[in-house]
Amino acid sequence: MAQNTAEKGSEENLAVVVVIGADRPGIVAGITSVLARHNINIVDIAQTVVRGIFSMIMVVDLSTGDIDLPRLRDELAAKGRELNVEISVNHIAVFRAMQRV
Amino acid sequence: MPRIFTPEEIGEVVEMLLFHDLDIRSVTLGLSIQECSSHSYADVIDCVEKKVDAFAKRLSKAVEAASKKYGVKVVTKRIALTPISIVLEPLARRGLDKAAEAGVEIAKSIDAVARRNSVDYVGGYAAFVHKGFTPGDRAVVETFPDALAATDTVASMVNVASTATGINVDAVNMVAPKIIELSRETPKGVGCARFAVMANAPEDNPFIPGAYHGLGEPEAIVNVAVSGPGVIEAAVKRLGSGADMRTLHDYIKRTAFKITRLGELIGREVAREMGVQFGIVDLSVAPSPKVGDSVAKIVEAMGIEVAGAPGSIAALYMLVDAVKKGGAMATSSIGGLSGAFIPVSEDWGMARAAALGAITIDRLEAMMAVCNTGVDMVAVPGDVPWETIAAIILDVMAVAVALDKALGVRIIPVPGAKPGDTVDFGGLLGRATVMNVSGFSSAGFVSRGGLIPPPIRRLDKG
Repeated sequence: MAQNTAEKGSEENLAVVVVIGADRPGIVAGITSVLARHNINIVDIAQTVVRGIFSMIMVVDLSTGDIDLPRLRDELAAKGRELNVEISVNHIAVFRAMQRV
Repeated sequence: MPRIFTPEEIGEVVEMLLFHDLDIRSVTLGLSIQECSSHSYADVIDCVEKKVDAFAKRLSKAVEAASKKYGVKVVTKRIALTPISIVLEPLARRGLDKAAEAGVEIAKSIDAVARRNSVDYVGGYAAFVHKGFTPGDRAVVETFPDALAATDTVASMVNVASTATGINVDAVNMVAPKIIELSRETPKGVGCARFAVMANAPEDNPFIPGAYHGLGEPEAIVNVAVSGPGVIEAAVKRLGSGADMRTLHDYIKRTAFKITRLGELIGREVAREMGVQFGIVDLSVAPSPKVGDSVAKIVEAMGIEVAGAPGSIAALYMLVDAVKKGGAMATSSIGGLSGAFIPVSEDWGMARAAALGAITIDRLEAMMAVCNTGVDMVAVPGDVPWETIAAIILDVMAVAVALDKALGVRIIPVPGAKPGDTVDFGGLLGRATVMNVSGFSSAGFVSRGGLIPPPIRRLDKG
């Protein structure tokens, strides 16, 4: 049920959300509540320790949502400040460009 | 849905962006102003101002949009214009004074436009005199000190040598005293940071002050300069001291691939947003005065105690070669200077090495054989004779012509300064230790004037 004009599941709508910080209760709930509020689907989620840094990585699909990527970044950044974690939001094309030949 | 990227892959990219200062150093819009050439003083100024204004607005908007879309920082926005000497040509024929006045007025008006539209630099106050002068060229060379002293964003370049034609010593002898004049017209000589003397200046160079819009270029084009020394330094450090040279080279190559890809992605998006052609990615790893954003620190991470120490040429050679090979795999749109930059004050590690005495003008001259810098952002005492500055320029031009590559000189005579003094130029320009310059005279050589003939390599071209 795509609300945005771009095709659902197309890579144009995918963003990567990375949350980095010290582990504590409420981080996942805090971040996912922002996504749920805007009806953004989580395509993939992984929690991992990369080179000693705790991180949560999500691939999200904005095609069902009511918000564009720059505004989502602003909202998640505000939530990140609240939770005392660092959050980055990048378009999936960045990873495609850098990690695939 | 299968996992698109592993957490490792995503973690690596995000680590580069967040912790190793991976960003786009500059998106540079090349813009033709050839149509502004006119016999009318008012028309020339008006035409250039209107055109730059219209495109500056579009550039700022497009860069902002691309940066927000991808979550990648773009540090500076620049515009590179057709060499001003060309649009001044008709006026210059009516008298040098009129053209000179128009040149400075154009500089002032584009400076105002740039600042209004948050464009960081405008290049193209340029002249090509590697074989001789037209009246328009003369107007530019006469006025670049005034044009730069009266502005904050305008950058100037004079190309005095090429592999095809040799070195115009008369032009070097005109430019060298002008560099001293410029240093006296701006605080601490800082205006000289926006002026370069070049050999073989490429038409699509996105880096200031060498950037200009070449005659072979289309109406408007987007060129990109990437950054990322911090990313390469981190990769080298991660590899550890046990890795042999080939492994090290391979690692740098892989990292350069990723950096270049990011540059191309952003460049293409800005070009698409603006509705203009995408040009090139300059593969050069561009440093900044920030700690952790230094080419010298890569050399040091390879195992050299302080950049400039014996082994530095080999380390820099390996770095540049790996960057070129990784970059060439990453994009087919290569161009610009595509080497490695070691501007002394602008690179934190180079500035430190200069303060420690490991980097001297002699070492820079050795290093330019394997990179595309030359003598860049080097502060010297303000009382160095112009003939010595001319001779330093000639040395760099000779290497550029002999090796058939682009090299430049950006030298800053600091009024009142003595060797060993520290000068802070502020912001991206960084802090420099004033370097010692040989006290032996070269005046008898440079005063001969004339042209140094092109190398035998010229005949390879027919």
